[in-house]
Amino acid sequence: MTTDRRTLLKGLGATAALTLPHPVSAQSRGRVVVVGGGFGGATAARFLARIGHDVTLVERDPAYVTCPFSNAVIGGFYSMPEITFDYAALEAEGVRLVTGAATEVGDGAVTLDSGEVLPFDRLLLSPGVEMRFDALPGYTEAAAQKMPHAWKAGPQTALLQAQLADMEDGGLVVIAPPANPYRCPPGPYERASLIAHYLSARKPASKILILDAKEAFSKQPLFEEAWSTLYPGMIDWIPPSMGGRVAEVDPTTMTVVTDFDRYEAAVANIIPPQQAATIARAAGVTDETGWCPVSGVTFESDLVAGIHVIGDACFAGVMPKSAFSANAQAKVAAVAIDALLRGEAPNSPKLLNTCYSLAAPDYAFTVAGVYGEADGKLFEVEGAGGLSPLGAPAAVRSAEAEYARSWYATITTEAFA
Amino acid sequence: MRACFAAALLCVAGSVSAQDRTDPRTAPPGALACSGCHGAGSDIPLRGLSTDEIESAMLEFRDGSRDATVMGRLAAGFDTSEIALIAAWIAAEGGDE
Repeated sequence: MTTDRRTLLKGLGATAALTLPHPVSAQSRGRVVVVGGGFGGATAARFLARIGHDVTLVERDPAYVTCPFSNAVIGGFYSMPEITFDYAALEAEGVRLVTGAATEVGDGAVTLDSGEVLPFDRLLLSPGVEMRFDALPGYTEAAAQKMPHAWKAGPQTALLQAQLADMEDGGLVVIAPPANPYRCPPGPYERASLIAHYLSARKPASKILILDAKEAFSKQPLFEEAWSTLYPGMIDWIPPSMGGRVAEVDPTTMTVVTDFDRYEAAVANIIPPQQAATIARAAGVTDETGWCPVSGVTFESDLVAGIHVIGDACFAGVMPKSAFSANAQAKVAAVAIDALLRGEAPNSPKLLNTCYSLAAPDYAFTVAGVYGEADGKLFEVEGAGGLSPLGAPAAVRSAEAEYARSWYATITTEAFA
Repeated sequence: MRACFAAALLCVAGSVSAQDRTDPRTAPPGALACSGCHGAGSDIPLRGLSTDEIESAMLEFRDGSRDATVMGRLAAGFDTSEIALIAAWIAAEGGDE
């Protein structure tokens, strides 16, 4: 392997004309339909268009509000316009944008709610998640208007932010995260941190109670260290073994019922279980888990040939559901789709994830992972990745907060700008 | 520590035009992920760095001789030949992708 790579390296060095993408020939120019314009779909659409394919992006909304940094909006130090992106840059690069919802996938074509039919050679689904409103008694779609999940950024984010602004000092904020797997595993705990940041300055007698469906959570020691340092006494976390599992909610009385207790919340952020968005089920690419198993080489569905799934909707083995993962998968999938359209064998990829969590505007930490592929499955490279160190000096936490902002600027530029 | 890390990767951030775009199909394994943090818009872009600068930074992150927040954990996932390929590709391709 080393010899081959050394040889290839010399070859790369000797090749001068690498800068411009070589446009694909007329025969191998493929029609690719991308469904979903988040970090996965937007990145994949523009990479495929740059390579030279005929790309149509189907997106329900004219603009995308990012979940990353939506907790900073809730925490009061970012604004909604700062986390909102449109698709003008993609259209300028030749991506055909269709605003609408994909409702059906047939043999080589996607049908939209408008009735339009889009034929494809390859379909890339990056539809994200949908909330399961059948999973938690009392938590219906209507209930989410009183007890926002805010797990899709946009009006739900604004609703939660407004409820916190209206809350009296001394109120109880309940956050109820779901069991794994779900979009952005550390997100609920970042949210608790940034709500505490907001409340400690403005409504310091308030409390935050996390009623959890799981016994442990992502970056737990780092969050617990941050909470005791930054917000002593403000945040309580209750796992199921201590009675934290939410059994039922009542939005009319703002009551959250656990196995052992009832809590009347001033603000209730209920984050229900999730599954791959509806179009994935319509396309037949979900399994009994509600997610989409895919190849670790091409992100092609294990269940339906010709359909690729990336981002939060896919089950990519060990990779977590994060914006960074979706963006990294998008680039690998775009290159693999190009190879398949040209009748070539895609290369075995390596992928990364780096996920920042802010505990305060100037206090952040990360979890990272490096992923290789073997036998079509992604595995975590041993000895790499892991968490930021515990007990790090404030300068390290603030450096990671600056890098978090830099990461956000970069990944939103790559996907949308 | 931050100053040290930033200085190590400091370079001139150029504007990205269509002409500068890389061909993602020539990327060696792992290289496409770098632009998630180091592409256009980054405080720590790789654009303008040479193969040697990128390669030696990655090797020093990997063995811990250069301070890092996250890069030590990421560099640890790549062997020497993978790092050489990634460094060469990013340097040759302009580092904006």
